[in-house]
Amino acid sequence: MNDSNASPEELLRRFQARIDAEQRIEPKDWMPEAYRRTLVRQISQHAHSEVIGMQPEGNWILRAPSLRRKAVLLAKVQDEGGHGLYLYSATETLGVSREELVEALHEGRAKYASIFNYPTLTWADIGAIGWLVDGAAIVNQISLQRTSYGPYARGMVRICKEESFHQRQGYEVILTLARGSAEQKAMAQDALDRWWWPSLMMFGPHDAESAHSAQSMTWKIKRQSNDELRQKFVDQTVPQAEFAGLVIPDPQLLWNAERGHYDFGPIDWEEFNRVVAGNGMCNRDRIAHHRRAHEEGEWVREAVRAHEERKRERAAQDAA
Amino acid sequence: MVPGQHMPLFEVFIRSRRGLDHKHVGSLHAETHQQALEYARDCYTRRSEGVSIWVVRSGDIVASQEEDAGEFFDPMDDKPYRHATHYRLPPEVDNM
Amino acid sequence: MHAEPELFHYTLGLADDALVLGQRLCEWCSNAPFLEEDLALANVALDFMGRARMLYSHAATLEGAGRDEDALAYLRDCREYRNLLIMELPRGDFAFSTARQFLVDAFNLPFLEDLCRSRDPELAGIAGKALKESRYHYRRSRDWVLRLGDGTAESHRRLQRAFDEIWGYTHELFRAGEAEQRLVAAGFAPDRPALRARWEALVVPVLAEATLRRPEDAWSVDGGREGTHTEHLGHLLSELQFMQRAYPGLQW
Repeated sequence: MNDSNASPEELLRRFQARIDAEQRIEPKDWMPEAYRRTLVRQISQHAHSEVIGMQPEGNWILRAPSLRRKAVLLAKVQDEGGHGLYLYSATETLGVSREELVEALHEGRAKYASIFNYPTLTWADIGAIGWLVDGAAIVNQISLQRTSYGPYARGMVRICKEESFHQRQGYEVILTLARGSAEQKAMAQDALDRWWWPSLMMFGPHDAESAHSAQSMTWKIKRQSNDELRQKFVDQTVPQAEFAGLVIPDPQLLWNAERGHYDFGPIDWEEFNRVVAGNGMCNRDRIAHHRRAHEEGEWVREAVRAHEERKRERAAQDAA
Repeated sequence: MVPGQHMPLFEVFIRSRRGLDHKHVGSLHAETHQQALEYARDCYTRRSEGVSIWVVRSGDIVASQEEDAGEFFDPMDDKPYRHATHYRLPPEVDNM
Repeated sequence: MHAEPELFHYTLGLADDALVLGQRLCEWCSNAPFLEEDLALANVALDFMGRARMLYSHAATLEGAGRDEDALAYLRDCREYRNLLIMELPRGDFAFSTARQFLVDAFNLPFLEDLCRSRDPELAGIAGKALKESRYHYRRSRDWVLRLGDGTAESHRRLQRAFDEIWGYTHELFRAGEAEQRLVAAGFAPDRPALRARWEALVVPVLAEATLRRPEDAWSVDGGREGTHTEHLGHLLSELQFMQRAYPGLQW
């Protein structure tokens, strides 16, 4: 058997067989071009989400209400940056450079989680992001620890380990508010009202309408469907809201004993599509912020290169 | 120097505890090995995950090729006598 | 000598230094030149935040008036803040933040080395922990001075300008008021004027290697320890203290 002479059909068959056998695909393995493209799209989108996600939370680092909260929030936002790095790192194993990824983000060719296009208006939003947004992200990421592409799966394992603190600190913030003054409780409820539906949208369109879902499930890039994951998130979050004495803004939310799950009301997909299309409250701000930081850093990155080049030249002269 | 081109890629390996091997954890961009080490400390050991870090330029890694996998690794498959499970111990000797 | 009220004010000043610089460093989050540096800067900021919290807690104990770290950080206004002016200057561009950080890190090394020998075991302990951090900070900021100074024409120009703009604020690092001098004499505090030579040894050769000119000692500004600040501090505090001022007396 000579592998280098295998036909495309044979390569594809072996590729799928490996996936079906729950083996991971590694960077040097043969893979269909569409699999590679899907991964680049999904992992980079995930990376951009982490990095853009630094902004809405970073918005409150300077104003955090206590020194402990400030340190926790900064560490958390730094972690998001770190997760972005792990994921860029996984994307780069597919032969795409960091500059290309950043350029695609700036030009709007690459997406990031739409949830980060909503503004953080009060301190309670920091709690809501940790509790709901990170909570939803974790449900998705736990599932992705078994994704078929090795570097992505390993990145997810690292990220999941670190994320659990994020959700806990968020819930702690919300719980403190919910047990505080009337004003604080109202602040927490307002945050829940604004972040609940966007959090449900994070799981993406219903399975029937999801453009990439079927193929991604066959390739085991996705391990569970959007709707399954969304249901899981709702089921685990409702009791947490009840415990905090907060009301989830969905009059149709009801325990369904027959299904063993909560039923919930319809998602406003028009709103979802509007924000995905770039017309949310903060879409422009988020990209402008990232672009500005990148452009302001250009002279620094150039200086680093020039300095190294000069050092190399000097070393070469000394050797001569 | 190509304008706009990012710094080179480095692979990061971390020994989490004395007595364990260094393990690959990911990559990062830096201009030099020294800078890569420092960023590895800042980016990959935020929870004191390491007692020792290696960084290697990604381009310097020589990897076996998938196309070679057959002739490279398959010949090792037919030597079961290299594995302890190949040998049946009498029940009287329950562990070795 | 009954050192406690003076030691309280002294510790509070050190805490304010750490918090105000830490707050400035926080401003870099999501604004650094590239992602790896963003994470590295956040680590430095976290170190200063941790330092501030330890110092405020210790100050609160010394005061014994029932105030805690947050009461000290969030409920004092500009005139009561005791930080040195160099800490409160706006973050500026990456060159300015680099220059400031380098000069402060180079000061912190000899200062913390001596503070490790303070007669106050609590302060000595905090200094011991902080010193390890500052060694790493100095290594980082020194490397950045070398890269930017000996990088491109633009980075050289920006960094030289930053040092020129900031140099006059460094003199305050080496001044001690009468109360502090009493603490020095009693073995509680490092002798600031005596640290200058060690600071220069960490600063001047690096400037030269980075092809930068050591700025003239032509001007200097001070007043931070007496609560006379630049106009920048008020705005920093209005942001820092917003929640505690807008919603007084609540737990967060």
